[in-house]
Amino acid sequence: MANREVTCTVNGKQRTFLIDVRSSLSDMLRGNAGLDSIKHGCDVGECGACTVLIDGRPFNSCIYLAIWAEGKTILTLEGLSDVKGAISDIQQAFIDEGAVQCGICTPGFIMASIPIIEAEKPASREEIRRQIAGNLCRCTGYENIVTAIEKTQKKRIAEKQGR
Amino acid sequence: MYNFNALYEPKDIAEALALKSEHPEALILAGGSDILIKIREGKLAGCDLINIYGLDELRGICLEEDGTILIRPLTSFTDVSMSPVIREHLPVLGEAMNQIGGPQVRNIGTIGGNICNGVTSADSASTLKAYDAVLEIASLKGTRVLPYLEFNLGPGKVDLREGEILTGIRIPKESWSDTYGFYTKYAMRRAMDIATLGCSVNVRLTKDKKQIDRLRIAFGVAAPIPVRSPKAEAAAQGHAVDEALLDLVAQASLEDVNPRTSWRAGRDFRLQLVQELARRSTKAAIERAGGTING
Repeated sequence: MANREVTCTVNGKQRTFLIDVRSSLSDMLRGNAGLDSIKHGCDVGECGACTVLIDGRPFNSCIYLAIWAEGKTILTLEGLSDVKGAISDIQQAFIDEGAVQCGICTPGFIMASIPIIEAEKPASREEIRRQIAGNLCRCTGYENIVTAIEKTQKKRIAEKQGR
Repeated sequence: MYNFNALYEPKDIAEALALKSEHPEALILAGGSDILIKIREGKLAGCDLINIYGLDELRGICLEEDGTILIRPLTSFTDVSMSPVIREHLPVLGEAMNQIGGPQVRNIGTIGGNICNGVTSADSASTLKAYDAVLEIASLKGTRVLPYLEFNLGPGKVDLREGEILTGIRIPKESWSDTYGFYTKYAMRRAMDIATLGCSVNVRLTKDKKQIDRLRIAFGVAAPIPVRSPKAEAAAQGHAVDEALLDLVAQASLEDVNPRTSWRAGRDFRLQLVQELARRSTKAAIERAGGTING
């Protein structure tokens, strides 16, 4: 099968990968780019563990052809850290609220929560649940995950109003 | 890595049609949320694909000069539900599509894929049927227009002939204006689930809002393909907006459905859902139209 060069922006840097055209985006990001936050969970778009943002929206990278990423802007969990490598507020909130147990689902949940915490309007707990409905967690029972997202969203809104 | 064989990558619709004509066995790959998964499961392993996902000319929603709503098939579920045209004129369609899967699936899945897949549970299908959507289907020979009501031939089988690709979904103004709809999806979970039964109803009331001027009702998973209920529609025509109307629509719907027993639900339960969802969707549609039951 043919190989192909795919050029896209990953976590703020333009990168070119040489891939087999049969690769999924999760294959490319984890295999070629070495971004281990991408988890191959179910590989059929059910569990959300491979969630990344493409042009700002959450997608399951396991059911997305790598060649579709040409020219796109992709954000993974690794892209949330600052230049010194310090983790972001949403990651810290997951730790503080006990929203992490085994940790496999965590990167996917955090990426799915980015549009919620970056939105202008606060989301209710019910709306947060709807927005993370494409992610499965078998440990936490979700309550602490919703709390971590709610807390970070409130913090971000307060920061915006403070400015 | 996906186990597919050839991957054809047209640059525009003309090239896609030429490829489809040259390789009739190749599958059209839109968002891939059915096909890529079936490749993983092995059901479609080794297939040939024509990748049209990048063809932006097949994406987007607009209002045509005569008021027809035109939805291009690659429009994602998210984009349908966020479209200003849909929100203003056909909100029920956006609401139905907003009940599919979860956010990630709604960002990749396309409305064209949802209906070309041909399954009875497609959440967009009953609403598009209930609004008499018209399909634009292209091939190298030209373009033909087909009422969506005639599109489903059987479970997973649609009337796409050799070399053909769906290029547009239209809802004429006469169909959506002064018309209010409601879709009810019954499923075990509120997300990431396939409908046990779906029912989409839309009504146009008389000026005084006391009578039904037009009622259309369609069901998903109530038969091998998504179906309308002509019996219920005829029974509702001209009827007063009251409790008796809801009973009539619910009863008459039973005559046009033929649900099956599956692991999700038994036939008897589905028949009960047909009545209950018909009743609830009709009531909600009437309320949206400004009518009141027994008002």
